[in-house]
Amino acid sequence: MHIHAYEKLWLAASVMLILLLVGSVTYGAIGPGVAMVADSEPTIDAGGLDEDERFSEPRVEQVGENEYEAYVVSFQFGFQPDPIVVPENSTVTFYVTSRDVIHGFEVAGTNANTMVVPGEVSEIKVEVEEPQEYGLICNEYCGAGHHAMEGKVNVVSQAEYEDRTSGGDSE
Amino acid sequence: MSEAIEAERTFYDKFPKEARIVRAAFLSSFLALILGAIFGIIQTLHRTDVARIIPSTDYYTVLTAHGVFLVISFTIFFLVGLFTWAVVRSLDRPLLNTKITWTWYALMAVGMTMTGVSILAGFTDAIDMSADVLFTFYAPLQAHPLFYTGLAVFIVGSWIAGADWFRTWLAWKRENPDERIPLQTFMVLTTMAMWYIASSAVAASVLIFLLPWSLGLIDQVNPTLTRTLFWFFGHPVVYFWLMPAYMLWYTVLPKIAGGRLFSDPLARVVFVLFLLLSTPVGIHHQYLDPGIAEGFKFISMTNTMFLLLPSLLTAFTVVASVEYGARQRGGSGLLGWLTDLPWRKPEFTGMMLAGLMFAAGGFSGMVNAGMNINYMIHNTIWVPGHFHLTVGTAVALTFMAATYWIWPQITNKPIYSRTIGLVQVVVWFIGMALMSNAMHAQGIMGVPRRTAEPEYSGFEYATMFGGFEELNIQIAIGGTLLFVSTVLFIGNLVLTMGNPKVSGLADPLPPALSGPNDSPKVLDNLRLWVGIALTLVVLAYALPLAAIIQRGGLLGPGVGTYPVWLSPALDALANTAVSAFGAVGDASASLVEVIR
Repeated sequence: MHIHAYEKLWLAASVMLILLLVGSVTYGAIGPGVAMVADSEPTIDAGGLDEDERFSEPRVEQVGENEYEAYVVSFQFGFQPDPIVVPENSTVTFYVTSRDVIHGFEVAGTNANTMVVPGEVSEIKVEVEEPQEYGLICNEYCGAGHHAMEGKVNVVSQAEYEDRTSGGDSE
Repeated sequence: MSEAIEAERTFYDKFPKEARIVRAAFLSSFLALILGAIFGIIQTLHRTDVARIIPSTDYYTVLTAHGVFLVISFTIFFLVGLFTWAVVRSLDRPLLNTKITWTWYALMAVGMTMTGVSILAGFTDAIDMSADVLFTFYAPLQAHPLFYTGLAVFIVGSWIAGADWFRTWLAWKRENPDERIPLQTFMVLTTMAMWYIASSAVAASVLIFLLPWSLGLIDQVNPTLTRTLFWFFGHPVVYFWLMPAYMLWYTVLPKIAGGRLFSDPLARVVFVLFLLLSTPVGIHHQYLDPGIAEGFKFISMTNTMFLLLPSLLTAFTVVASVEYGARQRGGSGLLGWLTDLPWRKPEFTGMMLAGLMFAAGGFSGMVNAGMNINYMIHNTIWVPGHFHLTVGTAVALTFMAATYWIWPQITNKPIYSRTIGLVQVVVWFIGMALMSNAMHAQGIMGVPRRTAEPEYSGFEYATMFGGFEELNIQIAIGGTLLFVSTVLFIGNLVLTMGNPKVSGLADPLPPALSGPNDSPKVLDNLRLWVGIALTLVVLAYALPLAAIIQRGGLLGPGVGTYPVWLSPALDALANTAVSAFGAVGDASASLVEVIR
């Protein structure tokens, strides 16, 4: 089979491009440690979230110095808690599940993005910096009111966060 | 010798029975195209808030119709027409039995009508029927049973179509024992082998889970399992749309450019690569899914990246063949030959513009395929921006452009106006350039896809590449141009049908510069390639599917049912029924547990 010299060159360049693309993702995973949404969490009974330790009261919890966990429930058509309030310069791990159909969880304009599947818990860890209000949207069609499904992620200053949590305790 | 005869006679002259089937398939395809385009313009203007003639809750009925009519009905009906033409033309023999051919055509038409009715019924409250589940029909959103039944009937029709072409080829092989498979038939057979593998999963998902569930026979399904089975089919189906376009680029475009295909063997290699690699990649649509291990996603990504290879090879061969054509026409210089191409022919310009946009779509596809940067754009409007370049232009514009060439061959009627045809393909290109570019840009801002109202009350999008509103205007103008282009196409074709039949329209296709005898015989060993393809599928899917069933059970971890097709009053009734079924479900779940 005759292959033209230019074609061989093109073929070699194509294979190089492919290896480069696969290599860059591999490097991202093992170098800087970009973690993906995976099967880290066990399954959950979507109909029994009210009895679940983490999701019966969706909330943000401090679990270490500058480390927080947010337990978020998505449903037709909203998120709980809303807004999700976290302090600046911290690491936040979101655990998101659904009580009904498949939803999306996307902090608009960032790479904090995951599918939310009933019966499963999505885990994503993000670093938050300056205080800012972010839009939280469902980016997977979930029914006739899908376009109304939105929430907020508010990154606030440490002082404001402490104010809010101590206020929350007294309620 | 056959070439000489063909020079005088069109396909219509030689195979009138088959030409009739090809015409019927194309007309079904174009009916779906105009319906899809009407829903497209409604949705573009609604989403961008330029004109809202429907309530936002009906947007999803429009979106389901747009998706299903265009990517299932328009593309696949065109494919079966084109493949019937290609098999009969390249084998130079009629189909074995046109009764079988009409049977599969009827099954596909009936199936699509059933599905179409179930979708369109979503516009009226008078009947409790709807299928607002979009093209992907993710459970536990549930459509009316008619939706799933229609899809199953349609797919079975396409399977019989494949069998029809395989049988015709086998008959030819008995008559010509020592000849290589003609290139176009080879392309049809490899594509259909891929289709059998790919569509088996969605057929299983529909027949084992979704249809019984919508009929109330089982009370729940495993959403991750049905979603994974969908994407097992959902990615190769994009190559099912694309392969007919590739066939046209390889076998028809070089001839229109004034030359012939550069290399027959490499064309075969490309189609074999698509057969091998199209299916074991579907999990790349599920990078962001919980419940699937990272390793499975990584394997899928690696396979996906290697799928770039056949497309990159195609880019080379097609451009080389066109350049050869230009030089045959007297073109010279490093790039000077570009001016010696038949740019006034709509079939040429349309296919070239489609190929150009496919290159752009390939680049945005690399971003989609990158497991980590995918997080930036997953489920944003970037994704439809991408596939409007690929299926929406590389495929759709190639089909429309090719129609200007092939329609006279199957009818003996010249095109009503080739000038309108030229305007039509250019308008499509401009419209898509505007719309797709703005969709990609909005996607990076985080604007989601598949929503009636992408503007939210609580926040505003950051501004980049122009603000949200400005990009909306680009999308609305682009979408309108695409609609105008579709109307021009359909109008031109309807007027063409009124033309009288003439003779002298035959335009035979020459063999490749480097012919089939230059290619290794092993390329024609379809059994071998299908065997390897199946092995790759097992390697890519056996463990993920086992893990998903292991985690959630065959029928899912306690997930409810959310029918979109029952009115609220009936909803309560359904909920009661669901809880009654709960006991049965528990029993079957424990049964599954035991079986495991």
